[in-house]
Amino acid sequence: MKKDILKHELVPDHVILSKSDVQKVIKELNIHLEQLPKIKPDDPVVKEIEAKPGDVLKIMRKSPTAGKFVTYRLVLE
Amino acid sequence: MKGILKKISQINFGLMSPEDIRKMSVTKIVTPDTYDEDGYPIEAGLMDPRLGVIDPGLKCRTCGSKGGDCQGHFGSINLARPVIHVGFADTIHKTLRSTCRSCGRVLLDNNEIKNYHEKIEKMFKNEESVNNLIKEIYTVARKDKCPHCEEEQEDIKIDKPVSIVEGNYKLTPSEVRERLEKIPDEDSLILGVNPKVARPEWTILTVLPVPPVTVRPSITLETGERSEDDLTHKLVDILRINQRLKENMEAGAPQLIVEDLWELLQYHVTTYFDNEASGVPPARHRSGRPLKTLAQRLKGKEGRFRSNLSGKRVNFSARTVISPDPNLSINEVGVPEIIAKEVTVPVYVTEWNMEEIKKYIQNGPKVHPGANYVIRPDERKIRIYEETKDTVIEKLEPGFIVERHLKDGDIVLFNRQPSLHRMSMMAHEVKVLPYKTFRLNLCVCPPYNADFDGDEMNMHVFQTEESRAEAKSLMRVQEHILSPRFGGPIIGGIHDHISGAYLLTREGSIFREEEIFQMLKHAKVPLPKKTGKNWTGKQLFSLLLPDDLNVVYRAEICRKCDECLKKECKNDSYVVIEDGVLKSGVIDDKAYGAFSGKILDHIVKEYGTDRAREFLDSATKLAIAGIMKKGFTTSTNDEEIPQEARERIEELLDKAESRVERLIEAYKNDELEPLPGRSMEETLEMKIMQVLGEARDKSGEIAEIYFGMENHAVIMAVTGARGSMLNLTQIAACVGQQSVRGGRIKRGYSERTLPHFQKGELGARARGFVHSSYKQGLDPLEFFFHAMGGREGLVDTAIRTAQSGYMQRRLVNALQDLSVNPDRTVRDNRGIIIQTMYGEDGVDPAKSDYGKVVDLDRIIEEIRIKSSK
Repeated sequence: MKKDILKHELVPDHVILSKSDVQKVIKELNIHLEQLPKIKPDDPVVKEIEAKPGDVLKIMRKSPTAGKFVTYRLVLE
Repeated sequence: MKGILKKISQINFGLMSPEDIRKMSVTKIVTPDTYDEDGYPIEAGLMDPRLGVIDPGLKCRTCGSKGGDCQGHFGSINLARPVIHVGFADTIHKTLRSTCRSCGRVLLDNNEIKNYHEKIEKMFKNEESVNNLIKEIYTVARKDKCPHCEEEQEDIKIDKPVSIVEGNYKLTPSEVRERLEKIPDEDSLILGVNPKVARPEWTILTVLPVPPVTVRPSITLETGERSEDDLTHKLVDILRINQRLKENMEAGAPQLIVEDLWELLQYHVTTYFDNEASGVPPARHRSGRPLKTLAQRLKGKEGRFRSNLSGKRVNFSARTVISPDPNLSINEVGVPEIIAKEVTVPVYVTEWNMEEIKKYIQNGPKVHPGANYVIRPDERKIRIYEETKDTVIEKLEPGFIVERHLKDGDIVLFNRQPSLHRMSMMAHEVKVLPYKTFRLNLCVCPPYNADFDGDEMNMHVFQTEESRAEAKSLMRVQEHILSPRFGGPIIGGIHDHISGAYLLTREGSIFREEEIFQMLKHAKVPLPKKTGKNWTGKQLFSLLLPDDLNVVYRAEICRKCDECLKKECKNDSYVVIEDGVLKSGVIDDKAYGAFSGKILDHIVKEYGTDRAREFLDSATKLAIAGIMKKGFTTSTNDEEIPQEARERIEELLDKAESRVERLIEAYKNDELEPLPGRSMEETLEMKIMQVLGEARDKSGEIAEIYFGMENHAVIMAVTGARGSMLNLTQIAACVGQQSVRGGRIKRGYSERTLPHFQKGELGARARGFVHSSYKQGLDPLEFFFHAMGGREGLVDTAIRTAQSGYMQRRLVNALQDLSVNPDRTVRDNRGIIIQTMYGEDGVDPAKSDYGKVVDLDRIIEEIRIKSSK
């Protein structure tokens, strides 16, 4: 029996960003792609949503300080 | 800046080949002696003059530069027989295990070799770490038969620290070296030794570098005796054995003797590198103290890294005992005159300050606002003496720098260890005072966590204009009233400030006008117009508040009644300040105490740090004036309760004890209803604890009936100045249950705590319930249980500090380079993003309302007050 880990309450929402969205984020933060926080390609969620190395994930999670918080992670090779 | 600035693009780590060592060496060291009878260094000895000079007068025989400029030169010792370098013993073992004993190839077939080669090349190109791959290779490359020459392999073990054993035969370092030599360059790369910078056989020493004398200076004692450095001692040992080994070998001594000497040489070289290597007895000094050799110089807290590179000793610093001075501002620090005359501030001489500086020089180094040194524009430093000061003044010109004494108003850095948070180092204004201690305002004790039972603190004097400016705007005490830890004040009134303010402002506290003016004068507050009427304390305190201040909160003395009567509170604990007038409520810890002061918090956030400092300075002084006017003292008389109360408490405790007995009875008869998820035993323990806890609280309540607000100990406890009601009831009524490991005491003898009890006895007394009060005194059994609980407390704190200290060190190391950027992202020093928004909400906790972005209740209250006008 396999559980859908994406539905677990402790797993925040992960979305793969499109190329243009990635550019937008990079411009907004004024950084190179490599300066983003990283995520391992063998991360369970990465495998589940079938993100490829080089993809940027948008992660929306609950935050005790800000209520809702959005961050980005670059999938490593 | 002097010298050439260069950017390091790459650092290579490799091994030194015997040729490198010889090339680097300026002389071969042969004689184990250092100096001859006349005290001159012996040539080819360990103190050979070619190894560099230390005396500033002499010129170096090798490089020609003067002592101090010459960084020294290496020598070398030719070892009669090779020895293993302790640091590489593990590597040698692993390498031998993974290579063939006869042909020296790595124990992998050609396919595998090719494969790994490609992998390593690729990783080099990507600048990745190959450590994990090498580790993998070492596990894979272990075969019983060599794939290249079909030779059967024997098992190789390492006998810590440096013996390498094949089967039952112990390999000599020479044999090990021969085998390592056979490994081809291509194979050594796979084994983690890059042939460009190292060869496996270089891990076996045939020649030993001798560090220059500058690394191991000898000390001349007062008696004229010379004392050599530990390293020199060790090198003497090595040379001596090396010499004997060589002589024995040349004389054709029996194999056994040679081998013994060889082992001894190995021992000396091993301890020369690391005197704490496992499996080797440490080499000792004549006095029995273990020698501090190379590894010990680098390792640990006192080692080169943590003690000399990460942290350094500094000039222009001072340390002495601290003591309190309520007359100083929180921004100030009292500096003893002796210190002020020693640590100096460099001042540039200009046309405009010429006269002032001349006065300092005229005073000389011994009279207080004087000067110690003059630095000319050519960087020559001239000391000012009583005799020379007139000539110095004559020569003084704009452009000179004068190191003048510390004087009132200078900014210095003040620090108390352990420096756990940023408030442990704050900038203070100097106030030069007589006597020998640093003086500080009592309000800054909480951030430094200082008291005056012998605490010492450090002071550092800024040496540049920039640092002074930066410190003044960022590090001054008043800028740190609010703590980033919880967004409230960490600097504030303590102890008597709180009791004093309470005595002043409580209901019925009325003063004659002269008294009021006396206190205001003491607090250095401008006097108001005479009215001729009596004043209440509340009116007095209102003088210190900003005119348009509006605050409403519940004081520390609030009893937390079910229904709050607000302004009609009979304890006067509902504080209302309207337009800077204290309308109702008393001033206590919640008003301007450290950690919880609401009024103080309000003033910092609404009126700025200058106003807050002013308020704090005058409020504390006023409170002290008030407490002196009223008189305040405490003794055990404050915890006195009448006989009748004693009897009631005793009766209560007896009842509780019989209830415990009944519970035990029920447990023994299996009539106890277990709580959900608990065993019978646990249920019993919990119920007993509950009964006894209640009993203590009830006994406390009985005692509290007799504690009125006229009782000084009670005033301190209730206002939050010092102590708690629990402390008082423990002194007056009943100490209560002692605990070890979070439960009743049950350890000691088998099935009982002490031999005074029956085995398996579960009653209150038998498990550490203390019926007596501290004032009555504990009986011997109670005293013993109390000591058990007390011991546990001590041990816990000791362990906690050690643990949290280590945790702090790790955290600081991990986070030291992170910073919040103007766009509120958190980045490290490479610009890599850690958080896209600081703390996810971008809020500076020091500027927030107790950690929250906005305090809606407060804003609503403010608007309500404003609109009602």
